[in-house]
Amino acid sequence: MDANELLSWARGPGFDIALTIFVAGMLLRLLEILALGKKPDLSPPRGSGPKGGAATIMTRMLPRKQVFDKEPLRIINGYVLHIGFFIVLFLYGPHIVLFESFLGFGWPALPSGVIDAVGAITIVSLVAALVLRLNNKVLRFLSSRDDYVAWVVTLLPVLTGYLAYNHLVAPYTMMLALHLLSVELLLVVAPFTKLTHMFSFAMARWYQGYQAGRRGVES
Amino acid sequence: MDDLTLSERLRQRGVSRRGFMKFCAATASMMALPPILIPKVAAALEQARRPSVIWLSFQECTGCTESLTRSHAPSLEGLIFDHISLDYHHTLQAASGDAAEHAREEAMKKHWGEYLLVVDGSIPLGENGNFSAIAGISNLEMLKEVAEGAAAIVSVGTCAAYGGLPMANPNPTGAVSVEEIIKDKPIVNVPGCPPIPTVITGVLAHFLTFGKLPELDHLKRPKVFFGQNIHDRCYRRPFYERGQFAETFDDEGARKGWCLFKLGCKGPTTYNACATARWNQGTSWPVESGHGCIGCSEPGFWDAGGFYRALSLPFTDVGETILTAGAAGIAVGAAAAVLNKKTKSDAVNNRETITIKDLEKES
Repeated sequence: MDANELLSWARGPGFDIALTIFVAGMLLRLLEILALGKKPDLSPPRGSGPKGGAATIMTRMLPRKQVFDKEPLRIINGYVLHIGFFIVLFLYGPHIVLFESFLGFGWPALPSGVIDAVGAITIVSLVAALVLRLNNKVLRFLSSRDDYVAWVVTLLPVLTGYLAYNHLVAPYTMMLALHLLSVELLLVVAPFTKLTHMFSFAMARWYQGYQAGRRGVES
Repeated sequence: MDDLTLSERLRQRGVSRRGFMKFCAATASMMALPPILIPKVAAALEQARRPSVIWLSFQECTGCTESLTRSHAPSLEGLIFDHISLDYHHTLQAASGDAAEHAREEAMKKHWGEYLLVVDGSIPLGENGNFSAIAGISNLEMLKEVAEGAAAIVSVGTCAAYGGLPMANPNPTGAVSVEEIIKDKPIVNVPGCPPIPTVITGVLAHFLTFGKLPELDHLKRPKVFFGQNIHDRCYRRPFYERGQFAETFDDEGARKGWCLFKLGCKGPTTYNACATARWNQGTSWPVESGHGCIGCSEPGFWDAGGFYRALSLPFTDVGETILTAGAAGIAVGAAAAVLNKKTKSDAVNNRETITIKDLEKES
């Protein structure tokens, strides 16, 4: 298949299929969790559940000292890769055009040189995440195929985007097509791996924070 | 073939030796040849006799021919073009009807195996090729016949090179490109809708100088002209890098000459020389005139999602896809929730109580 045809497929049917699976799959997963429900708690509340839930969504963004001291590198790397991924995804001009198309509003883009540098840092950070995972015996033992699949499909869009922008490995048209295809792979895989945390993190934190808040304890 | 060499003809036309050498230097630089080869280009062009060229026009709009003939006369490129022996071109030649076809047959017979075949327009294969015919001969038949005796073929314009507009969805005539039909001849594609005149003359000059076609890329385009994309050579590139885009064709950004990416510019995926060679004697080119590149020299450009749709956007409306998929997701999610609840209540209902006694029995 010629690069132009591949790009047309990726921008056409490929994207529609991937986005449909992503949205439907993600809703399916989230609804399944929500529908589990919870048993009514008949004890008198000693604190506010919603307050605890809302607070926990925010506080879990920050590291806990005891955890941080144990493995500072892994925690910092976690921040680098998440923030890096957010910057390249949401602050690159051509990406904003996509969000604008369905949100109806846009926001200013960062210079592409900055995106380029952040992209490179994100790639290094993702590689570091894998190395740290493999070097930690407990973590390695706990890792399943799911974790490695999630790592690959997260790395590919950043890597192909970086290669496309810098005209490396393949001509731009081909690399752009591969970039879009890798994003589509991420969209298809995300609902069925731990990548669901991109949405479910808030639900999980709310649940835990709510339980603790209601009992009047710290979560 | 004419007995005069190219340099003799040029001198007859009043072109000085100095003028000729300047043209050779310009041609060499356009073809990205090292300066050391300029004398070789000059020597070859001086000695060149008029090669016979047969130009076949099939399913096309004559825009390619317009592009060539409207090229700033009387330039040296124009003279070079005068000095090929254009033995058949049914738009430009004086003869018509049988006389024209006769001229073609004559030229083919006389220069069998040596002439250059230039094709513009695609070839329809539908209805046994009967969608387009010249003098009762279908395009398909004529192409095969003329290609057989050609030294090389130059497919001029996107239609001849990749099928172009006639091949656009739903391709009612079953149009195909030249290379889909002719497999045993050297072919060079000079795509564009229309292609840049100097690129055509450059390819011909290369053929005259070296007796062979220039180095081609994977789409059979001369690398010297199609080696880089428009985006990389665009003078508006700095605005792209800074994230400054025109949002409409008459907003502040457009007036300031910002990047046209958001307005659908296909510069990043289009390989052509417009940004460097430019049009109309170097006057301007599409992006400079304020309109994004439409990618006219790329295969399938007509079906690439629309000229005004940004390259980073999918072909269909994202919002609609999200809503449809969202509705489906909620339906499937609700069904799954009901199913899960049932599984759970079934498990509760069918639970067998295990007593200490049972456990003791097991062990």
